Amino acid sequence: MGATADQQDRAALTAEQQAAFDAVLADDGRVEPRDAMPEAYRRTLIRQIAQHAHSEIIGMQPEGNWVTRAPSLRRKAILYAKVQDEAGHGLYLYSAAETLGADRADLLDALHEGRQKYSTIFNYPTLTWADIMAIGWLVDGAAIMNQVPLSRCSYGPYARAMIRVCKEESFHQRQGFEGMLTLCRGTPAQQAMAQDALDRFWWPSLMMFGPPDDASPNSAQSMAWGIKRFSNDELRQRFVDATVPQAEFLDLTVPDPELALDQETGRHRFGTPDWDEFMRVVKGDGPCNRQRVAFRREAHEEGSWVREAAAAHAARRAEQTAVSTQRHLVSAYPTQRHVASAGHPAA
Amino acid sequence: MSAPSDREPLWEVFVRSRRGLSHTHAGSLHAPDAHMALRNARDVYTRRQEGVSIWVVRADGITASSPDEKDAFFDPAGDKPYRHPTFYQVPSEVQNL
Repeated sequence: MGATADQQDRAALTAEQQAAFDAVLADDGRVEPRDAMPEAYRRTLIRQIAQHAHSEIIGMQPEGNWVTRAPSLRRKAILYAKVQDEAGHGLYLYSAAETLGADRADLLDALHEGRQKYSTIFNYPTLTWADIMAIGWLVDGAAIMNQVPLSRCSYGPYARAMIRVCKEESFHQRQGFEGMLTLCRGTPAQQAMAQDALDRFWWPSLMMFGPPDDASPNSAQSMAWGIKRFSNDELRQRFVDATVPQAEFLDLTVPDPELALDQETGRHRFGTPDWDEFMRVVKGDGPCNRQRVAFRREAHEEGSWVREAAAAHAARRAEQTAVSTQRHLVSAYPTQRHVASAGHPAA
Repeated sequence: MSAPSDREPLWEVFVRSRRGLSHTHAGSLHAPDAHMALRNARDVYTRRQEGVSIWVVRADGITASSPDEKDAFFDPAGDKPYRHPTFYQVPSEVQNL
């Protein structure tokens, strides 16, 4: 984005409005939906929140793939709850995007038509049960690393959605690690399956933090706006530092020959992700891009009769009865009639 | 493209987390009617027993105070610090005030 576009956006706000917006940011305050804000800020947030929401609901697919094949009823119930959470997280995020004037149906259209993206990580296949556990441990772990700072982001509704999401995803990460631990303390075949999952998901997990700082042109503006609190590389570093000791505890080998702990700083040195692969997956050429979007469109189209039926039912019921007379729906407080008859049960 | 039935009205959701506390705004969702809005609100906002009671209100039924949430509307309270107990100087040896 050039300086010209930004200047035009600034011109759209009065000097007073711009000053109020700048003051909120300078004070580390929160921008709320009805506040005047630069159009570029609004557009950036809608794009980011939509991409985040799409990631949540596309993320249901690689995991949903294993619901019917979970190794026990306990694991199945847990996985089902996790997949349901992802749907919920998508909804919190679509709601947050709508407070900026976006329409959820339009955002879904953009996803279905490939005009908006989702996290590259969900374009990798889940080949084994260990992949599901590795996703909980690594992918949800990376997501939390990204999302905790976002819960302090300058846009109030996005920050509030993130607080809720982070609370819930903590279970996702822990169940994944617990499942990895079970495999790693199991038979040699189970250990090998766990190692194979780490081998395939390690690098794509590091890519979740986005391109390196020197190739991330929008980062500086997002930092200035208080949307982004830490750079991509800083978050990636934190993730590596947090996760490598966990892998050691599991007796697994992180597939990076350059990985080494710097004794002085206590931080890890590590290799460079294959950014060419990253760009290929971003551009639609990952192992599962087409499958994910096609499945998502199909699910949406197959669900259309439900939405139509619900709309028809709602319309008919609205004609027939007032809401307050429906047995299962009540108003917030007792009506006058209830109060009057309370003392006279015989009436 | 989206069908017209995809454009369901927006509902604001308020959840009472437990008896003794007020309903608090939890978020919003789309639903064709109040009945579905309540069921969806239960699934979206109380998956971990976060509530004992839910209100849903159509978003277009809410009247908001002001566009930018900080205009002259709230000014009248700004110059009346004497409405707060800390406004008053009381000798420290006086108890129970």
